[in-house]
This record gives sequence, structure tokens and C-alpha cells, in this order.
Amino acid sequence: MKALVAVKRVIDYNVKVRVKADNSGVDLSNTKMSINPFDEIAVEEAVRLKEAGVIDEIIVASIGPKESQEQIRAALALGADRGILVLTDAKPYPLQVAKILKNIAESESTDIILLGKQAIDDDNNQTGQMLAALMGIGQGTFASEVKVEGDKVNVTREIDGGLQTVSLALPAVITTDLRLNEPRYAKLPNIMKAKKKQLDEKTPADFGVDMASKQEIIKVVPPAERKAGITVGSVDELVDKLRNEAKVI
Amino acid sequence: MAILVYAEHDNASLKKATLNTIAAAKQIGDDIHVLVAGSGAQAVADEAAKAQGVTKVLLADNAAYEHQLAGNVALLVADIASDYSHVLAAATTTGKNFMPRVAALLDVSMLSEISGVVDAQTFERPIYAGNATATVKTSEDKVVLTVRTTAFDPVASEGGSATVETIDNVQETGKASFVNEEMAKSDRPELTSASIVVSGGRALANGENFTKYIEPLADKLGAAVGASRAAVDAGYVPNDMQVGQTGKIVAPDLYIAAGISGAIQHLAGMKDSKVIVAINNDPESPIASVADYFLEADLFEALPELTSKV
Repeated sequence: MKALVAVKRVIDYNVKVRVKADNSGVDLSNTKMSINPFDEIAVEEAVRLKEAGVIDEIIVASIGPKESQEQIRAALALGADRGILVLTDAKPYPLQVAKILKNIAESESTDIILLGKQAIDDDNNQTGQMLAALMGIGQGTFASEVKVEGDKVNVTREIDGGLQTVSLALPAVITTDLRLNEPRYAKLPNIMKAKKKQLDEKTPADFGVDMASKQEIIKVVPPAERKAGITVGSVDELVDKLRNEAKVI
Repeated sequence: MAILVYAEHDNASLKKATLNTIAAAKQIGDDIHVLVAGSGAQAVADEAAKAQGVTKVLLADNAAYEHQLAGNVALLVADIASDYSHVLAAATTTGKNFMPRVAALLDVSMLSEISGVVDAQTFERPIYAGNATATVKTSEDKVVLTVRTTAFDPVASEGGSATVETIDNVQETGKASFVNEEMAKSDRPELTSASIVVSGGRALANGENFTKYIEPLADKLGAAVGASRAAVDAGYVPNDMQVGQTGKIVAPDLYIAAGISGAIQHLAGMKDSKVIVAINNDPESPIASVADYFLEADLFEALPELTSKV
């Protein structure tokens, strides 16, 4: 079986985000960039399925600027076999990304397609679902457990109020939630080996996909600041404030 | 054209998230239809018909929709979407699961978790874990949206008198099937709709301390219990209690954070609360910067005292 894993280059989750003064977006110059944390979990799950003998080959794809090859190399160092970088300077919107991934998944005949549940920059939570719809296949979103059984995969999903398990015919799309696994760290020899692994470069045009979106970002502003709070000295003072000043209890 | 709102329910009763979503729809237009897709869900449809502002309820009642499987529901919604200018669902795990499928079937882009309506084509939504708010204009002729429910006050659940129309539209992908469900049991109010939330973090040290220190205070206040990701990952409490960017987004009147440092991820899930109280022994912790009232104290002493005094 073959797996396709999609990874996105995003601002590192530890970096404090700054909105540009002209409100055109978020300042990403000189900021640390990393693999989207949910995508790292997707790579880890694919590698574990390979170690369990379920999957033979893992292909990692990323859509974005030239620098995205760093994220593909990082995934290769974790155990993926080869990479595909789809070069574009356009902002990748989920619908266009899903269309490109559909092309790759179909031409590579992948059985399991793993994505993170959402990217921590746009917080969209759309790409995996859109991909499954375009391919007309099943989806297991927000996965906390994945079990391949023959030509089916059982996915336990984190839903509001608890857990739900669905059974999907393969090929299927799975999007990862935080508790699916704990991603490993790349070891130095593997980082060196990853540099030699195959990485093909493509463009959206190779797949006949136009990156233009009908969405336009008018402005980006920082969230409203909360007014400064106060420090209370005792539980009595806190109860008094909540009762008589804030009037919430 | 009318606006379609997808009803959130458990086949027995309508979830409040639907009323918040209808409120968002009312800011876009006046002719609001609610789709109830379920199995044995007549009572849900009757309830939706009473909600303020609803003009028509469509009931698609079939076993195919019992568990809200994304593939089946998306085919149904996409099939009837031609009559509507906007399609909305709550940004719950149900809405997030099937709505992007609807958008892809219609070949349109979508907007997730809108927090504000500027006009019928322009919306506000949080990005970067709530560290920025984007105003986005869409030129799609069909607008597909999920709605951050805590950003819109719910419409009244009584007073409306919409007609209920049964639609005979059965869609099945045959690619996915339901196996089982394990729901966490709780007598407390639901986290996302509670007016008071008491949350604990890693400093609670174990699950027993949640039962011993957090729950009594929550019960006395009639509050829901939440947790930080650290507390969930450490196994103190189940993960559906997680408040944060990757868990539940809450905006209660009062949020009490005990032993929570206030990582960006957590703040994204609760910083729109009306009043925030933090109880922490570290005055330098990031939670102090968003708290309206900060009590520097050992939570194992402060929580029992607070419980006895409220």
C-alpha cells in the first residue's frame, strides 16, 4: 500500500504572531517556520504504518514557496520515502490545494492519504474534507486512532462530547488530531540520508490547477485588547469583586 | 434567495449551537430555512420550527443521516444548495466535518468559523489561533460558512411558527459506515454553552485532584468543567474537556482558570470570556495578562476556600 502525506510550511507554533502595521497580514519576515504540528503527526502515523508493514511507500507533498522543501526534507528525515514540491508563490487556499492533492493521489494510486486536521496559520480545517469530496471517497477527520483491516480502515474520531468510530473503504482520507501519536525527532544520520532522497518539483499548472481564489483578504487586525486586570490579595476580595463589581456570581 | 442553516442535533432535540447559527444567518438575510437531516428526527424539526426567524424547516429523515456521516450529509446539502445563496452550519465537529465537503462538491471556497458578518459577502474570522482577525470578502456566488457559535447570541427558541416540509432525498456514498460511539457522561452544563466555566491545568497534578478541587467549585457555581491541553495530555481528564484552539472555544460570563499558565493555544479558546479569573502561584504566567482578577495563591488552598465562600 502507498501513503500520501501533505505537509504545510507554517509559522512555528511557539512564535508570537505580529500583525503588520498596514493591516495587510501577519509579519512573516525573519520568523522561524516549521512543519504544521498536525502534519507532523500525519507523517508520524504514516511512518508507524510502514513500520507495522501496512504501507510500503510514503510520499510527502507540499504546496508553497521554494523554502517548503525544508519541511519536505524534515518529513523525509522522519521516515518518508520521497517528496513532491508543488512550487507556487500564491497563497495556497484549501480548495486549490485539494485539487492538486487529488491529482497526485490519483496518479500515484495512493491508498491512504493523511493530512493534519488544520493548519495553525489559517485555521481553516477544510483541505482533507475537500480532497475526500473531490475524490468521492470516505473521510476520517480528527483521528485519534487508525486501524487498517484488509481493504478497510477503522478511524476513531474526536467529536464534541466523546469519540466516534467509522469504517472507511480504501482509498480514504484521514486527518489527524493531536492525540493520534507523539511524533519522533529526526536523528542526525537520518537528516543526512534525507538529503539524498528523491524530491520532484512541480507547478500547479502541471496539474491544470489555477491557484487564484475567489476569496480576498481585505484586512488583518490584532484582536481587541482586554483591559488590564487587577491582582486581588485574598479569596474574600476575589469573591467580593465577582459578586459586587463584575456581578457574575 | 433564501439562506440554509444546517441543524445540529442528536435526533431527539435541537442543539443550542443551531440557534447561534440562525442568529448569524439573520445578519445576512431574512428568509431562513433550517435543514434537519437525521433519523427519527421529527421532534427536532418541530423544535426548529419554533425558533425565532426561521421561515421553513426541511426534514430529511432517513437512516443514512442517523450519525451525520460527512459523505451522506454533504451530498444532501450540496444537492439542495441550488435554491440558496448562503449555506451555514455551526463550527462544531459535525459542521467542520461535512461543510468543506459541501463546498468542494459545489466547487466553491468556504469560510471557516466566522466571528462577524460585515455584509452578505464579507465576514470576519480569527486566524493564527485568535492572534489576528481577518476580514475576508468572497466573490463566490454561493457562500458556504461555518459559524463560531460563541460569537453570536442565540435567537429565541420559542415564538417562531415555520412550516415543516419533509423532503424525500436519500444520499449514500457507500464509502463510509458508522461503527460505534463513546460519549462522555456528565450532569454538568455543556462546556461551550455554560455561563460559567471552571478549568484546571497541569498544576492539578492528577485526575483525583480535579474531582477533589475543581468539581466541587463547578457544582456550587452550576458551572461546566474545562481543562488545558496539558491536563488532557497528562490523562487527568478526557479530551472533550479541552479548552483551546484545538479543543473547545468557550466565551462564558465567567471563566476561572486554576493552575493554567495560559499558553497561546489555551488563550485562543477562552479569551473572549466576559470575566476571566486566574488562580496561579506564578504572577509572571501569561494567564495573568488576560485575567481581570488574578489571585496569586496555592490552588490547593485557594480552591476549597473559594468553594466554601461562593
